[in-house]
Amino acid sequence: MAISRRGFLKGVAGGGGLLLVSGIPLADARMSTQLPPHAVGILYDATLCIGCKSCMVNCKEQNSVPGGALYKKGMTAPPYENGGVPGNNGIWDAPQELSGKTLNIVKVYKNGTAEKKDTAVNGYSYFKQQCLHCVSPACVSVCPAGAFRKDPENGSVYYLAERCIGCRYCQLACPFGVPRYEWDSAWPEVRKCQLCRHRYAEGKYAACAEFCPTGATIFGKVVDLRNEARYRLSLKPGTEYDFPIQTVDSTEKSRRPVARYADGVYGLTEAGGTQNIMLSGVSFELLGFRKNIPHFDLPSLTWAYVRKVLWVFAGVFTGGTAIYTFTHRKDKEESHD
Amino acid sequence: MIDTTKYVGPKWGGVINRFMADEYSLSDIDATRYVGTKLGGVINKLLDDTPSKDLGIKMVTPFTLVLVALIGLAAVVAAYRLIFGIGAASNLNDLWPWGLWIGFDVLGGVAMAAGAFLIAGAVYILNWKKYKCIARASILNAFFGYLLAAISITLDVGRSFVIWHPLVMWQVNSIMFIVALHLVLYLTTLGTESSPMVFEKLGWQRALNFVSRIMIGAVMFGVALSLLHQSSLGANYLIVPAKLSPIWYSHLIPYHFLVSAIMLGLAIVSFETLLTGKVFNHKPPRDVVEGLARGVMIVGSVYLVMKVWHLATGPGVGAVLDGSFLGNLYLIEMTVGVILPLFLLSFRSVRTNLDRIFVVDILVILGVLMNRMDVGVFGVSEFASRSGGDYFPSMMETTLTMGMIAFAILGFKLCAKYLPLFPESHH
Ligand code: SF4
Ligand code: SF4
Ligand code: SF4
Repeated sequence: MAISRRGFLKGVAGGGGLLLVSGIPLADARMSTQLPPHAVGILYDATLCIGCKSCMVNCKEQNSVPGGALYKKGMTAPPYENGGVPGNNGIWDAPQELSGKTLNIVKVYKNGTAEKKDTAVNGYSYFKQQCLHCVSPACVSVCPAGAFRKDPENGSVYYLAERCIGCRYCQLACPFGVPRYEWDSAWPEVRKCQLCRHRYAEGKYAACAEFCPTGATIFGKVVDLRNEARYRLSLKPGTEYDFPIQTVDSTEKSRRPVARYADGVYGLTEAGGTQNIMLSGVSFELLGFRKNIPHFDLPSLTWAYVRKVLWVFAGVFTGGTAIYTFTHRKDKEESHD
Repeated sequence: MIDTTKYVGPKWGGVINRFMADEYSLSDIDATRYVGTKLGGVINKLLDDTPSKDLGIKMVTPFTLVLVALIGLAAVVAAYRLIFGIGAASNLNDLWPWGLWIGFDVLGGVAMAAGAFLIAGAVYILNWKKYKCIARASILNAFFGYLLAAISITLDVGRSFVIWHPLVMWQVNSIMFIVALHLVLYLTTLGTESSPMVFEKLGWQRALNFVSRIMIGAVMFGVALSLLHQSSLGANYLIVPAKLSPIWYSHLIPYHFLVSAIMLGLAIVSFETLLTGKVFNHKPPRDVVEGLARGVMIVGSVYLVMKVWHLATGPGVGAVLDGSFLGNLYLIEMTVGVILPLFLLSFRSVRTNLDRIFVVDILVILGVLMNRMDVGVFGVSEFASRSGGDYFPSMMETTLTMGMIAFAILGFKLCAKYLPLFPESHH
């Protein structure tokens, strides 16, 4: 060998030390499992929803301006899904699913005669799908370029297109199947609800909540929303209650009897907790929210692996050097290629 | 042989005829005439195929022409994909964001490369000299496996031109980031480990000396990277307990991937040693192949225990015996890739017969590749189809994958012809 064994060992030890030292910042890299200090979110109560889709219309409109989650340079109109029908000035919008053009969608569940609202058998219920803004979001943790972020203050999960490489790992990782891709574009972006974060500076809040006429969708601090949801659950079905409209602390209320809720609050523990939470008269499983979603923060699954990485390097270099020294003790002079 | 002078006239027909008869050799071309003496001299040296004449490698064969055609088609598809977008070229969709390119090209291509770090580690660190004769071939083979994975992932991501972003925008929580970093680092390492072949051919003694000085370090780096890379491809799936079928999902999936990749890596190296023995005039070293077969047997047994343990503690044996699509896939994958090979290898008559070992190698390769497809493509089918998604690879996806395989085979063949790949066969 051309270099002395001693020099070689020194190099290895130094390299290993460097790796360990550079590994220290890793300790802070782990994703938080705590609700951010000023976390905001949405409470959607399916028993109040009348399926008017005002939330969907206004979501598209309000997000197609600069800063909005649907905006692209030079955009003049929201990306309507008109099924290829150009009539009506192309503004007929009938999305069937969440997509690269649709960030929130109200769908209907029906069973049998579909007579009674908020009933599983022979009844129907509306439900709303959109990003739930996880406390510890899988999409943020998996993105290799840091294109998905969670705001450390208000906790909204947002997207920076200029960083994205389009690997779609976020789509695979999100347990709720939320992020959608612009499959028809040659330079595609990932699309999902960003909790209207571009409107906060103007003192506004999520468009779907602002434009919901019934109070089915309300915006507010997550702690308040959770209390409100729990309170509704504690009320006896049939009692009259003043449901706040638009925001959880609104003075505007709509008085109506409380419906019978099926499950608990959706989003308290799902995937480690979410900032958007839901209530419903029909069990969430029937509404298509899968039951097997883990009740802990998903990024911890990956972290258990990541924190071992530097040890593997350290182990291979120390172990390898030891083995090398042992196995090559006889043939020192032999050359290697 | 068809006489093409009949169709295209004597002049061009003559050229084509001689080409088809493999009468031309790249070494006939004097590159100094086109690119100057200095660069031309280097090229001339590289293209001199006299040292490997005894391998008897023919370039113009129907098989090679098919390979070239496939590569050409794949290049067209790649261009189409880059111009019109991933949606236009593939059948991928929101519920099925990863398909054939990830399942086969990336997961499979990388797993097929696992032989290199094992052989390199055995030769350079453990000092097992008998494997030295296949070190170059297995490292080169890994180089092509990784190249295949790298090109495919570049075309798979929607914004191919910024695929380098993870390298500068670190995000250590992401397994994909770790995978990307490893891919680049390991390709470099493999390049370094392969470079002595080129330097030797060119007679660049100084470069050769330099590489041999850093070789041990490079090999150790490569071992660490490979251990991590093979397992991190499995770790990609740690975050989807609710999507990947419990038949494959496990907290130990990184280790499943690692161990099966090692089994596959050994089988590939053995397969390729035997294959080059069959198609080139080159005798496969018997003790090496038998040693590799023992390796496959040992690692395969470990893998089998891990998989049985997973079934028993996880979804239960019933989950794969219920006749469901996924259950059947699992059974086929395990039978072809693990149980049958282990059963065959348990016979001495198989372990000592090169042709039978060849069959076992093929079984292992097919089985582990199936496993990668099962995890990468089919394993999420239950989730996706329940949510209304459907996926079958498009013509373009298939074409590109076939082109990539053709590229790897042709590349390997070219290297065998023009580089001292089997050092022992020259003296
Ligand atoms: S619901 Fe999905 S997309 Fe939204 S924050 Fe959670 S993981 Fe991310
Ligand atoms: S597709 Fe974009 S946002 Fe999603 S994980 Fe990949 S790089 Fe990140
Ligand atoms: S959430 Fe409100 S705005 Fe949306 S459909 Fe229901 S009632 Fe209408």
